[in-house]
Amino acid sequence: MTTALTAPRPFEVEKIRGDFPVLRQTAHGKPLVYLDSANTAQKPQVVIDAERNVYETYYSNVHRGVYQLSVQAERAYEATRGKLQRFLNAKETREIVFVRGTTEAINLVAYTYGRKNVGPGDEILISAMEHHSNIVPWQILCEEKGAALKVAPIDDAGEIVLEEMEKLLSPRTRLLAVGHVSNALGTVNPVAEIVRMAHARGVPVLVDGAQAVPHLPVDVQALDCDFYAFSGHKMFGPSGIGGLYGKAALLEAMPPFHGGGDMILSVSFEKTLYNKIPYKFEAGTPNIAGTIALGATVDYLTALGMERLAAHEEELLRYATERLTALPGLRLIGTARHKAGVLSFVLDGIHPHDIGTILDYEGIAIRTGHHCAQPVMDRFSVPATARASLALYNTREDVDALVRGIGKVQEMFR
Amino acid sequence: MSSELRELYQEVILDHSRKPRNFRELDAASAQADGHNPLCGDRLTVFLRLQDGVVKEASFKGAGCSISTASASMMTEAVRGKTKAETEALFERFHALITAPPDKAHENQAPELGKLTVFSGVCEFPVRVKCASLAWHTLKAALNEEGTVSTE
Repeated sequence: MTTALTAPRPFEVEKIRGDFPVLRQTAHGKPLVYLDSANTAQKPQVVIDAERNVYETYYSNVHRGVYQLSVQAERAYEATRGKLQRFLNAKETREIVFVRGTTEAINLVAYTYGRKNVGPGDEILISAMEHHSNIVPWQILCEEKGAALKVAPIDDAGEIVLEEMEKLLSPRTRLLAVGHVSNALGTVNPVAEIVRMAHARGVPVLVDGAQAVPHLPVDVQALDCDFYAFSGHKMFGPSGIGGLYGKAALLEAMPPFHGGGDMILSVSFEKTLYNKIPYKFEAGTPNIAGTIALGATVDYLTALGMERLAAHEEELLRYATERLTALPGLRLIGTARHKAGVLSFVLDGIHPHDIGTILDYEGIAIRTGHHCAQPVMDRFSVPATARASLALYNTREDVDALVRGIGKVQEMFR
Repeated sequence: MSSELRELYQEVILDHSRKPRNFRELDAASAQADGHNPLCGDRLTVFLRLQDGVVKEASFKGAGCSISTASASMMTEAVRGKTKAETEALFERFHALITAPPDKAHENQAPELGKLTVFSGVCEFPVRVKCASLAWHTLKAALNEEGTVSTE
């Protein structure tokens, strides 16, 4: 893989598409137009190869073996932690905890940090645009502890009303949890500003970064957030592996999550000593090959350059927004000033489910439904939306195919 | 357009989804139930006027995709005048029709289904089965006074 080119390189999307074997597939006899990356993203060949290579050449357990294979597996496994630390600009490698994905990362914080620090009458603050995985773990915690879940409202464009969020920060707020990028609306939230606001009142912040990491350069030190959760499968890596970034001091003060092997220093029936971070949170044999392949994913994205990737997507989003809003009867849900590549829309008189089925026969994969964000649907008074989401491998031709497809849908239901 | 799509979106279905029949609340309803398909966001309420164990009138309100709306609309017509047992038997036939393996679709087109056989195309679309059956599950809940159903 080539790295460290000095001059700005053009973003050669056709060449990049060649890296993703699934994009050569057809659906219902039409070339696949994959516009569902916010749901889960496709994988480049280097990631597929990395995972296969582990199983073919050195697969063995980590943190246990004394033999060569195991040492090699452990080295590759731990290398991913270092790659993620640099990718997200965490201060230390031990601040990266491996988990199954964003959902598990948020649950980890709710069950450890939350259970320890939240009591009766305390509050957790979230926004009205959160994914269910950044709502339900807090509801469970609040119910258990007799705490209250507070929700900062969003406006008609799909932006958090910051003044209202600020008002909801009270002396009882124990944590603020907010998405970096909304999966249902595409809004890029002003996370650094939110963190400053919360820190001014001594409130730590968890950021759900599932939709941000694949699309924007993320610097957790610049954001100054306390926790940052993300998933491998949305950033072109394997499913079943993801990460939680946490500031070392916080992680150290937290009780463990799952009990078992690997998370201990010593066990007797009288007393068990927990391992140091991050291992304290990593009980059991992990997703070894997936973790190593996630490292290959980070290498791939780093070589492409997150700035260039973001610029490509921004340009494509502008084009797609222009084309879609020109269509009669189409209403975009989520029109924030700062957005990532999500186009949620509804069509007059046509249910999103019907849109999805008909587009499928044009080879176009989009998501329809509530996108695990039912409160967002309620906020905009729609039962569901159709959502096209963009990623680094999408092109203007994909957008044109979508526009043609929507025309066919409208023709059918005229 | 593909033949599967044409089978799914037959003109009768499109017509019922555009102009659903019996789309209103029943003032004199003796039974009703709410149905919800959380994944799609479809929600509907089925109203029944029962007399001596016979469905005298059926209606519905709510919002859903064309398949669920058309299915609800045609159901309210199909069950009128049927006993509870006949209605449940019809649902079983209907369910067999929409969940048949595609190559066996025709074997399940029982004559008592009548116009409802237009839904045979649904069997090609497993993810749409719950759309077509939501109204029926809700009807069954109303008949059995169960209140609310959810199809997942």
